[in-house]
This record gives sequence, C-alpha cells and structure tokens, in this order.
Amino acid sequence: MNFQGRITNVHQSLSFSRRMAIVGGAQAAVAAALVGRLGWLAVAENEKYNLLSEDNRVQLIIVPPRRGWIIDRLGKPIAINRSDFRVDLIPDQMEDPRRTVATLAQLLALSPDEVDRIRRELAAARGFQPVQVAENVPYERYAAVTVRLPELPGVQPARGFTRYYPAGSAVGHLIGYVGAASAKEYEKEKNPLLITPGFKIGKEGLEKTLETNLRGIPGGQRVEVSARGKLIRELTPKPDRSGAPVQLSIDAGLQEYAARRLGEESGSCVILDCQTGDIVCMASMPAYDPNSFSDGIGRTEWKTLSEDPRKPLLNKTVNALYPPGSTIKPMVALALQAHGVDPKERVHCPGGYRLGNRFFRCLGRHGSVDMHRAIAKSCNTYFYAMGNRVGYDRIAPMARMLGLGQKFDLPLVSQSYGTVPDSEWKRRRYADNQKLFMRPDWTASDTLNASIGQGYLILNPLQLAVMSARIASGRNAQPTLLGVHQDPASMLNIPQEHLDAVRGGMWEVVNGDGTAGASRITLPGIEMAGKTGTAQVRRIAGGQRGQGGDWRYRDHGLFVFFAPFDKPRYAGAVVIEHGMGGARAAAPVAKDALMYLFDRPAAEKRLAELETGWGGTLAERTARRAAAMDAAAASATAAPRPAA
Amino acid sequence: MISSAIIPQPLARLPWRLIFLVSGIGLFGLMNLYSAAGGSIQPWAMRQGAAFLMFLGLAIVLSKVRETTIKSVIFPIYVAIVLMLIAVDMLGFVGKGAQRWLDLGIIRLQPSEFMKPAIALVLARFYELLPAGDIKRWRAIWPAAALIGVPAVLVIVQPDLGTGLMVTFAGVTVMFLAGVPLRWFLVPAGAIAAAIPIIYQFLHGYQKKRIDTFLDPESDPLGSGYHITQSKIAIGSGGFSGKGYLKGSQSHLQYLPEGHTDFAFATLAEEWGMLGGTLVILAYLMVLRWGMKVAANAPTRFGQLSCAGLSAVLFSYFAINLLMVMGLAPVVGIPLPLISYGGSAVMTVMICLGLLMSFERQQRTRNRLA
Repeated sequence: MNFQGRITNVHQSLSFSRRMAIVGGAQAAVAAALVGRLGWLAVAENEKYNLLSEDNRVQLIIVPPRRGWIIDRLGKPIAINRSDFRVDLIPDQMEDPRRTVATLAQLLALSPDEVDRIRRELAAARGFQPVQVAENVPYERYAAVTVRLPELPGVQPARGFTRYYPAGSAVGHLIGYVGAASAKEYEKEKNPLLITPGFKIGKEGLEKTLETNLRGIPGGQRVEVSARGKLIRELTPKPDRSGAPVQLSIDAGLQEYAARRLGEESGSCVILDCQTGDIVCMASMPAYDPNSFSDGIGRTEWKTLSEDPRKPLLNKTVNALYPPGSTIKPMVALALQAHGVDPKERVHCPGGYRLGNRFFRCLGRHGSVDMHRAIAKSCNTYFYAMGNRVGYDRIAPMARMLGLGQKFDLPLVSQSYGTVPDSEWKRRRYADNQKLFMRPDWTASDTLNASIGQGYLILNPLQLAVMSARIASGRNAQPTLLGVHQDPASMLNIPQEHLDAVRGGMWEVVNGDGTAGASRITLPGIEMAGKTGTAQVRRIAGGQRGQGGDWRYRDHGLFVFFAPFDKPRYAGAVVIEHGMGGARAAAPVAKDALMYLFDRPAAEKRLAELETGWGGTLAERTARRAAAMDAAAASATAAPRPAA
Repeated sequence: MISSAIIPQPLARLPWRLIFLVSGIGLFGLMNLYSAAGGSIQPWAMRQGAAFLMFLGLAIVLSKVRETTIKSVIFPIYVAIVLMLIAVDMLGFVGKGAQRWLDLGIIRLQPSEFMKPAIALVLARFYELLPAGDIKRWRAIWPAAALIGVPAVLVIVQPDLGTGLMVTFAGVTVMFLAGVPLRWFLVPAGAIAAAIPIIYQFLHGYQKKRIDTFLDPESDPLGSGYHITQSKIAIGSGGFSGKGYLKGSQSHLQYLPEGHTDFAFATLAEEWGMLGGTLVILAYLMVLRWGMKVAANAPTRFGQLSCAGLSAVLFSYFAINLLMVMGLAPVVGIPLPLISYGGSAVMTVMICLGLLMSFERQQRTRNRLA
C-alpha cells in the first residue's frame, strides 16, 4: 500500500510537470496568437483601418456651388440666383428628433407629407450630412426658427440660393428649369453633391443641356466630429467655385417682347441673325413659368399645365411639327430655277390644276402668273404645274439644303425634325409599314401636295426660320444658341439671280399687293419681305375651309420673313396654331417683333395697346392665372377626399 | 531579491522583480487612463492609482500569510463566498441589468470576484486531501465538479457569463493539473461542443446578440457589432508605432465605446501601436511565467496546484479580454486588469499575486532552511 502510494506520488508529480508544460505552452501559444493578431490588425490591415478611422473622425460637409448665370447676347441676365432662407437638420447633433421635427413642423407650417419625408430622411441619414427641412422660407418663419435655436439642437438655419428667371414664362421653354436631383439621376452619377440639400440640377431646356458648364465645383467644409456628433474643430475648408456664366445668342429683350406679343395665342416665333445664324429669339407660348418649377411646382399647377390644349409644356419652336403650307414656296421656287425653270415663264391659273381626273384647287383665280406673281399671290396652280414638271425628288434636295427636315447642332434637350419626303423616303416607310400609304411609289399627286407645303411634308418652326435666313442671306447660316458671332457664314451655292427672283416675290407679298400687305413696316429704308402660309389641320370636308368653328380644327397660320429687304439682317418664322391664316395671325407678330429691333418705342407702344385689350401684361395675366389655380387647389383640398 | 545590508530583511525579501513588473503595467495603465480621459487624471487615473497602491499593499500583506493558514481557512471562505453568491442572487439589487453586487451598506461587495482565487485554492486543497491513488476514480471528479459548478452556475445566473467562464476555466485547469484522466476533459468538451446550439437557446437576449455579432460583426455595425468594429478600427489604425500619446482619435472622439474599461487595450494600442500592445502582452506573459515557475517549484501539492490555479485566473483575464478586444472572441465583460479602469479587477489580481508571493516566499525560506 505504502509502496504503491509512493509510486503514485511520484507518478503524480511527473504528470503534474508534464501537464504544467502543456498549460504553460498553451499560455505562450495564446500570447503568440495575440501578438500575431495585433500585428495583423495594426500593420497588415493598417491602411484599411486608418481609412475607417479617418472616416469616423472627419466629415465632409458639401458646400454646393452657385450655379452659373445665363446671360443674353448683350449681357442681360436670363437666369440668376436669388438668395433665400432655408432650414436643414444635422442628424448627429439632434437630441430629440421627434420633438424637434414636431416643433419645426409647427414653426414652419409644414404639411404632414413633408413631416413624413423629413422623418424618413432622418432615419436613413448618417453622420453630418444635413437633411433638408424647408427651403424658400419666408423671413418671419425663418426668424421664428432662429430665435428658438437654443432649444432645437441640430437645426441649422442657412442662406441658400434659388434660381430666378426675370423674364418668367417668356424664357420657359428655351431655358428650362432646375430641380432637386431624382433618385435615378443620383444613381447615374453617384455624386454626393446631388443629394446635398438645396442643390439643384438642370431638368429641362438649356439648364439641362448646359448642366456641366453651369454647375461649378462644390466646396467642402471638413470638420472633425466626435461620435456623438459634437463638432471638435474645423479643418481647412475647400472653397466652392461658382459655375461659369453662359452667354446665349438670344436677345433677352426681343425674346420677352415676342413672347408677350404672341399673347393669348398658341404659337412660336423664331428669329435668327441671317448672316451668322445666331438665334436671337426663340419664343414659344403659352409656356410654364420656370420660376415656379425652381421653387418646386404644385400638383395642381402641374395638372393644369399638362391638361391645357394649348400645350404649355411643349416647346413649339422645335418639338411641334406643322405642315408648312405656302411658306415653302420660295424654297420651291429656288429648286425650280435650279432645274431650268425660267422665272419669267407664265402659268395660267384658272382656280386650280387638273391632274388626271383630280382637280387640285388654288385659293383663287390668278390668271396668268410668273414666279414673282405666284409667290406674291401664293398661287398654288403655278407650283402644282411647275412642281409636277420638275418632280419632287429634285425639290427635296433644295429643301434639305435650306435646313428643312434637318436636325441642328444645338444644345436642346430634343428636336423633332419632321420630314422632307421623296420617293426613296416613301418606299422605305412603305417597307416598314404597309398601312401607311396606299402604294409604295411616289405619285404626281404626292408631288403636288408637297409643292404647296402639304401632304407628307412636316417641319418645325426653327427649320422654317433657318430656311428664310438662308434665302435672305444666301449663306449657309447654321443656327446657334451659344455665344455671339460676328463672322458671316459661308455662301450657299445658289446663283444670285435665282435668289433675287425669289426675294422679289417675297418683297411683293408684304410691300406690293401680296397676301401680307397689312403687315408692312413703315420705317424709312426698312422693308420686310416674307411669305405667308396656311396649313390645314384636317382634310377639307364639305367646303369647310378651317376658317372658323372649333379652335382645334382651325388652320395654322404661318409666316416666314426677313428684313431689311435690301440688306438682310434678321430672318425668322412665326407659327400661330389654329390662327386661321398666315397673313391674319402670324405676319403681324413678325412685323412687331422686327419693329422691336428697328424702332423699340413704337413696338412697345403697340404691345401696350394690345395687352390692354388682352387684360394686362403677360406677368399680370400669369399671376392672375396662378391665383385662380391656387384657389382651385384650395377648394379641391377643402372638399372631402374620395376614398382611394 | 535585493540583498543589501542597508535594506531591512523583510523588505529585501519581497520579490521586487515582480513588483516592478506589475507596477510597470499599472503605470502604463494609468497613463492610458490619463489619455482616455482626454489628458486628465480625473476621473479615472487618480482613483485607479489609489486603488492600485491600496491593493498592492494588500498583496504584500497577503504575502506574509503562511500556507498552513491558507489551507485551514480556504474551505470556510469558499462556503462563505458561495453563501454570498446565493445572497446576491436572492437579495441583490439590479444594477447594470445584472445582480452582481451585495450592498453591505458601507461597501458594495462583488462576491464573484473573490470566487476567482478561491476556486483555485479550494480545488488545490481538495486534491491535496484526495489520496493519490484515487485520482482516476469517480470520487476525484464529482466533488471537484460540484465545487466548480455551484459557484459557476450562481455567477452565470446573475448573469455574468464572463466571470462564470473564468471560474470554470481556473477550476478546470486545477483539475487538469491534478492529474484527472484526460477523458474527463475530452468527453465533456465534445459534449459541450455538441450542446452549444441548445445552450444558445437559453442565453439572455444580449448574450445571444454578442455571440451573433462575434460571428459576424459587420451584420450590425451600429448596434451591438459597434464595439468590436470600433475596437478593431482603433487597434488597426494605430499601426506599428501608434498615433502618439494623447492623439488617439478613436478614443478621444468617443468612437471607441468603453475605451477606459473593457476596451482600454484598444485605446492603448491606438496610441502606442503594435509596439505598445506587444509590450503589454509580453509583460503579462512574464508575470504568468513567474506564477507558473512558482507553481513548478512549489514543494507541496497544495502549493503546486494553488499557484497554477492562481496563474490560470490571471491568464484567463488577460486572454479573454485581449481575444475580445481584437475581435477573436465574443464580447464578454472581462476587463484587462491593471490596464482597464476598475478596482475590483485590480483587487482580484492583487489577491492572486499576493497569494503567489506568499507561496514564493515560503519556498525561499524553506530552501534556505533546507
């Protein structure tokens, strides 16, 4: 027993030493593992964790840059920035978000929808990036927030900037508007600037297409913050750089005048410097007020705009297509001469033109007409006969040379460029869709229709303006919107005598016994030449000529023009939708717009008279309409809502 | 062991190397607390320093206690602590979401702290009393299991999983060193591994969450994964030589939670880098080696097992805390003694060290007598 016990004691002490070695080894192994782990974290992964630590420590508050101005060819501002008051929240600095938001909602009279949005954004927000509470805050409410700041930690009142367009709706379609970036736009660009409160990007028009020029470079306020959002200190800030101003070829005064002169009509007026191609006026009415978009447009206002039959959301200078009617007759006349028609050759007009068993009508019985008379009196028979002789496939190239059916290199969001048809075009379209036409080949009646600007020919007003500019100057004027150009464009390959014949006819239209005699400019030495056009909106049925009745079915009135006749400087086109006739609706607008350029006081006097008749200036009428819309919206919300 | 004629014998006999080492760690810890408070001795460094000195004094006093005294009082002390644990569970008031304190009016006692050294001593005593031949028998197992199990369960239900694990770890280490057959460790270890999914079901919500976030800290970086994530950022951003004293942004800007208590090592590693962290780990390893050497040299079985068990307590503090801080173990509230702010950990460590010093002193005197 004693023996065995002794053995066991020895055995026990051996076992103890062995196991001590194991425990000691294990302890050393754990310590080694810890040192290894320490090295892995602090040395191998140091860069990653350093970055994370900097991310923790330093927060960048983006300072949005001021948007560049848009100015006109004379330096007059078209789009500027106005300072306003805004209120933001810094999520990390808030102590009791629920109560703070409730207080703000009361102070700023926020709608429940807005409060919802703020709560949502706060829940998603991280760190020091502000969440917008409200912008464009009236001074009284802003002041009410500022005096209560001590009890509202995390609330940041600030000065912001709103885009302001002094000319309002007169530049609506051209300039477009700005707005907060949508989720989709942010996804595309992934630029944190886009989600900075108060930052707006161009959404439409030049504001959108010139976005890169106008945006500028954001600044940054780098701050060191603690985990609780306490600002420890400001690190070196990076100043923001405002966007560069962009000069347009537009004459803001003329643009506004033309827009106002269009009055209650639905239409457009495009005027170019016919020597250089500078677009000096590109007005489309009625138009939305871009200022109401940059403040954030109301639902009612949007609804009213999108349901208006006069389409205030459509830029009618480039996105509306019209049959040009007789306005393209000068172009056809050039094409005829290019293919050997002598302008002196006479055609007898008995009131129409017989093609096989069909009779194509003229607007009157013009008797024997030459090219000059045919343009002056807008005789269809002459162009039917001559067009049929030459063939439309020979006219179409001239149309394209003068800009018709062309897409121009302009900073526009979109251009509808229409159609200059020919036999090849018809065949192609027929191959695509056989339901479009009865037969695939080009017929003589297709030529006849196209020769007087009807049929398949559809164009936008800008193209008509370019056409008249090229006829007026004989130069290959390329329309431009940006900058002011001095050098005239290169000459087109059109003989001077051809141009003279056509211009003579256009002079006669206004200054002789032509169709637009009522719109003569009476300034000494300044004569306007032009060509009227009337385009049918639907087929003439039962003798109704689209000269009355339902507004929607009335003829469009068109007018192309240039002035002064002897030394052409400006050329353009006016289209009045459902204006019933070029001479009646469009030519007077063109005349007054030109008068603005040559004799401003007279033009302004004339406009004042007209506006009195319409019930106030454009601004007054817009304001009145907005008030009516607000009233409608108020009564709509006051009425009990139907169950969804 | 400084021997000099000028220095009085009792002072000269103290294990000065150990005391310097421990004081070095403590001083480093105080500097770190000074930094964690943003460069101020208030509120932590001052109090921690006072606690350190007080408990170092306690350790020196304990080093005078004789082995026989320890042997004779350990069972009554163990029973007293178990009774206090029961009292805590029954009467203890809720603080920090856990019942850990026994409020005795003047001082608040955390009996589970005393259990850490006590479990080592009581098991050492048990195996000393057990006849050597019985070590492979059932009677070598169940009393020891009960001695560990009762306090461990009482601590875990407080709930204080960390301390419960430490008590179990120290007790099991003593059992292992006492020579209990290996199958008694391997079989339960296998069983526990198999039972983990079931145990998981019975854990408290916050304990479950800690384990979840340990397994995947990025799953909830702002919630309970925040501690581990921020701790790793602090250590990782420190680099080789650290950001410099008083320059740790993670801790100074409060990104690192508990930067002065459980995660004090992360604060230290951020400012002193891998160099400083390794220094601390090596210092601890030296303390442990000293303890293990005392155990190996102990002439009695009680001394051997006690010293090894006390070293195991020190080791488990150190290992569990550092594994947790560096993201290798779930977050269990175990501080790093002498570095983390908190008097009770200092007290426990000093009790362990005082007892180890007492064994060491008696070895020397015995050797001299021999």
